[in-house]
Amino acid sequence: MYAQMVTSDPRDETVEGQAFQARIDAGEKIEPRDWMPEGYRKTLIRQIGQHAHSEIVGQLPEGNWITRAPTLERKAILLAKVQDEAGHGLYLYCAAETLGVSRDEMTEMLLDGRMKYSSIFSYPTLTWADMGAVGWLVDGAAIMNQVPLQRTSYGPYARAMIRVCKEESFHQRQGFDIMMKMAKGTPAQKKMAQDALNRFWYPSLMMFGPSDKDSVHSAQSMAWKIKMNTNDELRQKFVDLTVPQAEYLGLTIPDPDLKWNEERGHYDYSEPDWSEFYDVLKGNGPCSVDRIETRKKAWDDGAWVREALMAHSEKQKTKVAAE
Amino acid sequence: MTTELFEYLLRLGDNSLVLGHRLSEWCGKSPILEEDIAISNTALDFIGQTQLWLGLAATVEGQGRSADDLAMLRDVWDFRNLLLVEQPNGNFGETIMRQYLFDAWHVLLLDGLTRSHHQEISAIAQKVVKEVRYHIERSRDLVIRLGDGTPVSHEKMQIALDRLWPYVGEMFDVDPVEHTLIEQGLIPDTSTLRAAFDAEVLKTFATATLTLPSSNFAHLGGKSGKRHSEHLGHLLTQMQWLQRAYPGATW
Repeated sequence: MYAQMVTSDPRDETVEGQAFQARIDAGEKIEPRDWMPEGYRKTLIRQIGQHAHSEIVGQLPEGNWITRAPTLERKAILLAKVQDEAGHGLYLYCAAETLGVSRDEMTEMLLDGRMKYSSIFSYPTLTWADMGAVGWLVDGAAIMNQVPLQRTSYGPYARAMIRVCKEESFHQRQGFDIMMKMAKGTPAQKKMAQDALNRFWYPSLMMFGPSDKDSVHSAQSMAWKIKMNTNDELRQKFVDLTVPQAEYLGLTIPDPDLKWNEERGHYDYSEPDWSEFYDVLKGNGPCSVDRIETRKKAWDDGAWVREALMAHSEKQKTKVAAE
Repeated sequence: MTTELFEYLLRLGDNSLVLGHRLSEWCGKSPILEEDIAISNTALDFIGQTQLWLGLAATVEGQGRSADDLAMLRDVWDFRNLLLVEQPNGNFGETIMRQYLFDAWHVLLLDGLTRSHHQEISAIAQKVVKEVRYHIERSRDLVIRLGDGTPVSHEKMQIALDRLWPYVGEMFDVDPVEHTLIEQGLIPDTSTLRAAFDAEVLKTFATATLTLPSSNFAHLGGKSGKRHSEHLGHLLTQMQWLQRAYPGATW
């Protein structure tokens, strides 16, 4: 997911901590000025920060194709979509800032490796069909997680998710539309579409994170209602929804063991290679180094701009004060 | 008249196409998140304008080509954009300076085009001029803030202005294509817009503490298609690649 393997702080057992938990259990929203346990605050900063970073780093694999989009309309749609992601990053950084951390601090933490972004964005986009696959599968997987997060306990996060979800469903549809065109297109286009599915299927399943049925962190985050479902529940839901869509497109999911299980009422599917997932999280994804280098270059190259805008604003203040 | 009109509509469409493309190169790499969103938004406006102008160009031409055909299947010598807009992005300051110089001319031109005797041109200009008024507000503001920011930013903006100023003259150069259309009341005479342009930029540069270059030398050859810079070919190899590599496919 956009926030993966978030370490959660332990539960607060004080009287305030128990009263806080009671508010959450009663379905109340926690707002920035409300008292909250330190662990809740820190865990949320990690989670929302990682989510925000994923939106920003997530601009890059799709940004990779903006200048090569095949038509004016496709270019406009893709650019609008990537711009939306920057907007999502902005809402999320703002939500995290209400917890007492600045956007600049979070950015520094991303760039020096103290904070992470989703594993999926460390994979390359190699053909135009990847723009379809990213929209269809990656945004599709993100929606699975983000729809329930609209009900998360932290008010600013929940409200950001409501806006994000509206746009994500449009993204997913445009991705599917690209896949449709490719899958029904020339033999070369169809080959590209299948190749994109082959490369993005398992990384998309990894987005949900490894099974968390025994994870202490997940249990605590679920009690705080900052994680709403287990990773396995969401992954199953994603598979069940995606398989018929692939069939509709006439594409084959790269899993020979994939089959409908009548008894469970779900598809059985193969687990992704989790060692690859852990490698990616450690910074060994195919594009991990490139992504951070690109972000770091943007940040460093832009330093003079940010400094100049601050300096100008200070000059204006001094001028106003002198008048 | 159709030849001149087609030629002129290509100029309008190609300016938007090439500048929109250049701006889209920034997506995900801007100095500030808010600017990333703003620059993409501006790029989107230009792509939309391209669809309108090249769409009209295709209709006027009447050869069954579409706006996409014009964008994706012409080579360098058939492009009619100003040399200014094909200049590489450079640093953020150069991009903003290029934008400001273009906007300051563009807003005056479009305002004139709203009064065109050609109904479609006037209708498109009325729609587009609203976007462009916003563009110049933003680019002017950034030129001022970066020009009058730190010594470093001031120097970068002065270098950008010196580098780009020789591309300003082409915007006001009236050639036979434009003469024909001016006489028919289809387009404004850009040479008459120069005074308003100079007033705009002089005021902005004074506030931004930037010095106007003393030479008014102008590079020509973009809008006539006679001699583009080397940069345009590279832009096209990227922009047109899919259409060229997989001809006839639908995307």
